[in-house]
Amino acid sequence: MAQPDSNQEPHEELRPAWSLPAGASADLALSVEWPGEITRDWAWGGSTGKGVRVCILDSGVDAEHPLVGHVERAVAVSLTPDGEAVIADDKEGDLCGHGTACAGIVRSMAPDCDLTSVRVLGAGFTGSGDILLAGLRWAVEQGFDVVNMSLSTTKRQFAGILHELTDRAYFRRTVLVASAHNMPVESYPWRFSSVISVGSHEEQDAMAFYANPDPPVEFFARGVDVEVAWTGGARIRCTGNSFATPHMTGLCALVLGKHRDLTPFQLKSVLYLTSSNVGGGR
Amino acid sequence: MSEELKAAVAAGVVGSQGTFRSLLESVTEVARAIFGAQAASVFLLDEETDELVFEAIAGSGADTLLGHRFPSSTGIAGWVLVTRQPLVIEDVTEDPRFAKDFAETTGYIPKGLMAVPLLHEERALGVLEVLDRPQRSQFSLVEMDLLGLFANQAAIALDLLRRARHAEAVLASSGEGAEVVARLATTIESLEDEQRDAALRMLSGLEEVLRRNEGG
Repeated sequence: MAQPDSNQEPHEELRPAWSLPAGASADLALSVEWPGEITRDWAWGGSTGKGVRVCILDSGVDAEHPLVGHVERAVAVSLTPDGEAVIADDKEGDLCGHGTACAGIVRSMAPDCDLTSVRVLGAGFTGSGDILLAGLRWAVEQGFDVVNMSLSTTKRQFAGILHELTDRAYFRRTVLVASAHNMPVESYPWRFSSVISVGSHEEQDAMAFYANPDPPVEFFARGVDVEVAWTGGARIRCTGNSFATPHMTGLCALVLGKHRDLTPFQLKSVLYLTSSNVGGGR
Repeated sequence: MSEELKAAVAAGVVGSQGTFRSLLESVTEVARAIFGAQAASVFLLDEETDELVFEAIAGSGADTLLGHRFPSSTGIAGWVLVTRQPLVIEDVTEDPRFAKDFAETTGYIPKGLMAVPLLHEERALGVLEVLDRPQRSQFSLVEMDLLGLFANQAAIALDLLRRARHAEAVLASSGEGAEVVARLATTIESLEDEQRDAALRMLSGLEEVLRRNEGG
């Protein structure tokens, strides 16, 4: 896999001090016309997520499952004996069931989005942190609109590079949606402010989501007793923040399907303003 | 003095493995009881072979499964270990592959399971699974919190067991490491206060460096 050798984004236009020259403010027209009040109807009314590219960074996806539908591409990350990450087409599908569950949830929320699977599981526990990083790096380089990350690492040695990657994604308009940890441990990348971090609420409404006034967890979405797709064509019921996350991923795809040019900051603002405890009502 | 110290270290290590195993079994049994589950198991990650090993079992399978191994990153336990995220799954028998795998390894197919990673400091040490809790109306997040609390206890017990096992292996092989540590301790004890403090500070620094490397 080609590794980026610099933090410099190729398409960025460098400006001295990143400032706004006098008289240039008129050129800063927003690409989205913001209404006085952001409603759910404005945010995603009529959207099916069509044209939005969503990446599922997980255990692979069973593309045969009727709840998942078409998968554009499936790749798997592995390490060579020298520790170099390799991205190759995934012939094995889902090795656990979890990735299929996440893909099915996203599909149920945004039926016309484009799904890609990046499998970062199955090559053994050893090296799994490097594989996760390589998978995320690949997803950011591919310019997906939304990346679902129902996973985290506790190793501090990965925190710095993960932070750098999540920031890079943020500035390239790739929205990372990451599961918060259910346990009182330090883990990453969900704690970074450049991602959308998700915990669970106990309600059964897939469209109910709450903005948390007390981060680092930013939103609570449906994550308890969720019926999901699983390997072997199964449908099972699951609980965990890792199932709340694809609900927020699906919502992101819906909003971006209607408003293509939103930055991650604007998208997060829309989610805040339309959340059930702010302006979204139910 | 050196011989006395070695004897003291050996006395601390020998037998501790059994104590820590009992602690781990006790935590596993309490996890099973508190959730009213059919069984509970703790898997230890064997980093040498990259496998998960049944280390403690309460309830169904307790007689036959101890020591049983499987690859570390496949199945539900593998996902939980690698992603550090807990999972609760019901109706898992709907997945024919899961049922077949489970039946082959354990002879017992659970209908539902809760799995939580055992995390100690930066390390993922293994997985705690609780099988077939009674079907109530709905799983609640309070139960998830409880599972996390038990996971903390189990992780500490598993870490103690892992360390005791390692120490015992070192002693058993009469490795140079134990000899060097004992000799070093004797030398430090013979130093003046100021020199002893300086030596201990240096060793603390060395320990920190080693711990950092261990975290890698």
